[in-house]
Amino acid sequence: MTDASQLLLWMVLPVTLLVASTTLAALLRGKALALVYPLTIVAALIAASIDAFAMVAGGASTGSLPLGLPAIGLHFRLDALSGFFGIVVNVGAVGAALYGMGLDRKHEVSPRIEPFFALFIAAMNVVLLADDAYSFLFFWELMSVTSWLLVLARHEEGETRRAAHIYLVMASIGTIALLFAFGGMAGPAGSYTFDAIRATRLDPAIASLVLFAAFVGTSSKAGIMPLHAWLPLAHPAAPSHVSALMSGVMTKVAVYGLLRIVFDLLGAPSWWWSLPFIILGALTAVGALLYALMDTDLKRVLAYSTIENIGIIYVGIGLSLAFGATGQAAAAAVAMTAALLHAIYHSWYKSLLFLGAGAVQHATGSRNLDSLGGLIHRMPRTAVMFLVGALAISALPPLNGFVSEWLLFQAVLAGPDLPEPVLRFLTPVVGGLLALAAALAAACFVRVYGIVFLGRPRSNDAAGAHEVPRLQVQAMGFLAVLCVAGGLLGGVAVAAIGPVIDLVVGARLPGLNTGPTPLSLVAFESARSIYDAVTIAGFVAIAATLTALLLHWISDRRTRRGPAWDCGFPNPSPLTQYSASSFAQPLRRVYGSTAFSARETIDMPRPGEQRAARIDVRLTDHLWNVFYAAPAGAVSGMASKLNRLQFLTIRRYLVLMFAALIILLLVTAVRS
Amino acid sequence: MKAGFLIALMEQGLQMFIVLLIAPAAVGITRTVKARFMRRQGPSILQPYRDLLKLCRKESVIAANASWLFRAAPYLIFALTWVAAALIPTYAAGLMFNWAADAIALVAILGAARALLALAGMDVGTSFGGIGSSREMMIATLAEPAMLLVVLTLSIAGGTTRLPEIATFFLDQPMVVRVSLALAFLAMVIVALAENARIPVDNPATHLELTMVHEAMVLEYSGRHLAMIEAAGQLRLVAYLSLIACLFIPFGMARADSSITALLVGLLVYLLKIVAGAVALGVWEVSIAKMRVFRVGEFLGVAFIFAFIAILLSFLTQELLG
Repeated sequence: MTDASQLLLWMVLPVTLLVASTTLAALLRGKALALVYPLTIVAALIAASIDAFAMVAGGASTGSLPLGLPAIGLHFRLDALSGFFGIVVNVGAVGAALYGMGLDRKHEVSPRIEPFFALFIAAMNVVLLADDAYSFLFFWELMSVTSWLLVLARHEEGETRRAAHIYLVMASIGTIALLFAFGGMAGPAGSYTFDAIRATRLDPAIASLVLFAAFVGTSSKAGIMPLHAWLPLAHPAAPSHVSALMSGVMTKVAVYGLLRIVFDLLGAPSWWWSLPFIILGALTAVGALLYALMDTDLKRVLAYSTIENIGIIYVGIGLSLAFGATGQAAAAAVAMTAALLHAIYHSWYKSLLFLGAGAVQHATGSRNLDSLGGLIHRMPRTAVMFLVGALAISALPPLNGFVSEWLLFQAVLAGPDLPEPVLRFLTPVVGGLLALAAALAAACFVRVYGIVFLGRPRSNDAAGAHEVPRLQVQAMGFLAVLCVAGGLLGGVAVAAIGPVIDLVVGARLPGLNTGPTPLSLVAFESARSIYDAVTIAGFVAIAATLTALLLHWISDRRTRRGPAWDCGFPNPSPLTQYSASSFAQPLRRVYGSTAFSARETIDMPRPGEQRAARIDVRLTDHLWNVFYAAPAGAVSGMASKLNRLQFLTIRRYLVLMFAALIILLLVTAVRS
Repeated sequence: MKAGFLIALMEQGLQMFIVLLIAPAAVGITRTVKARFMRRQGPSILQPYRDLLKLCRKESVIAANASWLFRAAPYLIFALTWVAAALIPTYAAGLMFNWAADAIALVAILGAARALLALAGMDVGTSFGGIGSSREMMIATLAEPAMLLVVLTLSIAGGTTRLPEIATFFLDQPMVVRVSLALAFLAMVIVALAENARIPVDNPATHLELTMVHEAMVLEYSGRHLAMIEAAGQLRLVAYLSLIACLFIPFGMARADSSITALLVGLLVYLLKIVAGAVALGVWEVSIAKMRVFRVGEFLGVAFIFAFIAILLSFLTQELLG
């Protein structure tokens, strides 16, 4: 085989293949466009294997191209961290492309989607390889623009155009912030290659400013609150397999950018750098779920849940920073492992759920929760896959979501060893918020699954739904298998990403074979914490089978189908079921009155009146009002005030100019 | 080695068997205590066993539009709860498999059972199923964080999240009342009441539909499926009682690698603890009324605050805990 230094060269192959299929798709029309998907799968599989080699091999392979800025060129580098995130990107790409192969080639394939699909994946792959500020920003922007074009694929709808507009504004703000970050790191010498940046020692004040800029730049892409507003609008607007890529994968590329800057380029961290990560991450995790619970659009709920999971990843990163900066490498490794595992696991189940949402939308033409229901009978395979994703994202054992959650709690438990009182106070708060987020996530996905797949159909479209093509089910199945395997083989996954953790924080978790069974996951040492999903799953499977067999033996197996009991008063109307809003009502009562200033007004007709009773619920989105509506209002208010300047008399213009001259003279006089 | 392995396997098997065996009795004791306080004779303590047997033998009537999830859920819920109850150290600390799930995993296993139950409640698409599921998940969002904070508090004290090690740690400590542990204990008791659908959060004996949470969810079940759900509920009560006993009053528990006598003593003490817990639950339930559903938030909020203060104390002043 090849040695590590050659790996980058191999990467040329998949990237070329992706760019070639983009070019091909730009030339082709009609059904032939779907050719992009098999080509993408081949390219992504090749890239994923190269990335896996790079991750396991450790070390770095570098190269440069004589393009880009003069005197700098384009530099590329493939190390374990890039390799890890490359796997995230390419596995997600395989799932999305497999789903794409099952699209209806007459109606769902369009020159607005397929060419950009391959280019989007290529851009994400290359961002991970960038080794200088210019190429990083160039491919970062390419990633933003291609995904923006994909969001705009259904530009006929006004809501989509609004989403794309907000996305573009937020992406620009993010890039400007990143520009500042790289400018700060390059310093007056202007050394833009990452090697030169690594070698520079930054002044602490500059480093803090760079940290702030990098945080804003990458978090606006990842969706940390309050920089999240574009995400629940733009992710659902794109076609579902693109939503899967944007939510599952692109947010992780943003996390990669953050890790690359904070852990690799910026130099030795101070402990307080962890504060924004921990605080905003934990608040985002809880806040986003409350938004998700109040929403009734299936894909928007999933997008909010992405924001939540990014919050959890940020908490992991923050804890890792805090432990690392105070010299506790073992705990830093546990926190970083939790963050990275959560990143890759989330990319699997979130892609799976978005593909499932796409299948539901395809089958029923709706993504409004309140017009769905009973799909488990009409889309049995999709229902199974979606259930796996829903249970995984709710962090329930033995699926994969719980593995990273468990590791994160282990990291929180190391908190009392932190020397800084602020951090020692903060860690239990974060532990409480994470626990709340885990419970809210379970409530959120019981709601989604129960309303969409269980119960009775709430509309004719839901009643007449049909299963999606086999390739799309297989795409979901591929990701569902990964979710199950990732849950059972958590120990293997932790061992596999060991080199990445070593590279980032300089320590790693105990490997396989350190616990009671070969596959046990051990966080610090086996006397302290063990989680063994295989044993638990085995126990549950044996117990369930035994019980079922025993019960069928002692009971007579008579089973009769009858009408629902419903306490004796079954009502045939599906409207008597709980809806998405009524399911959320208890939670709205408990949390919504503070979080959203929720107000319920009940209009109850008096006895004898014929009109129906009404309940109206008003929720206020405080984050949007404070961070978006208010600044936008201020800007447009100022603009309209300044607008008056265009309609002055000549006399007033002369006065203004004269005043400006006087002021400038005064300033010069005072300064000299 | 071989003999030790067999004995360990038997000890683990014994625990799985015991929790299963005593679960209906625990509920029976609680009911009897409540009946006596109300100056009623009350059914025999063995009545829950008879009820289970009766349900098993009856035919199962399933709603016409129930899916496979509805039929599979009772077995999975039962198995998850059983495994959770079997992995908590009850009479001995050194059981063969109780390393497999630590305190955090245990909370999550019980959470998985609850999520399945809530899903099953929504499967038929009746209004009662929905009301039960949505309220159950609301209660869970308050109870689960409190419970996680409690186990985290104790894990910090014991320096490990493994339950047998935590229990052994407290066995070795001199018995003193510590503020953080007392608060954690109160929080845990409130959580246990809520999670087991007991008064004042839910009324297990109610037949007034609008006040039900747990009963509303399982309204559509009958026959052997209902038997499984009922048995799972009884096991869950034993699991919580065992967890409280293991974390807060581990006294009498046999340590790892101890003699047969110690094991027997441990077994006896464990049974006494469960009986005491069941009696205490009965006394508590007759002395308080059920709350309105939306007051539950405040009640469980108290548990969360207690648990939070407990963990804060143990983070800030580790010396309080030794």
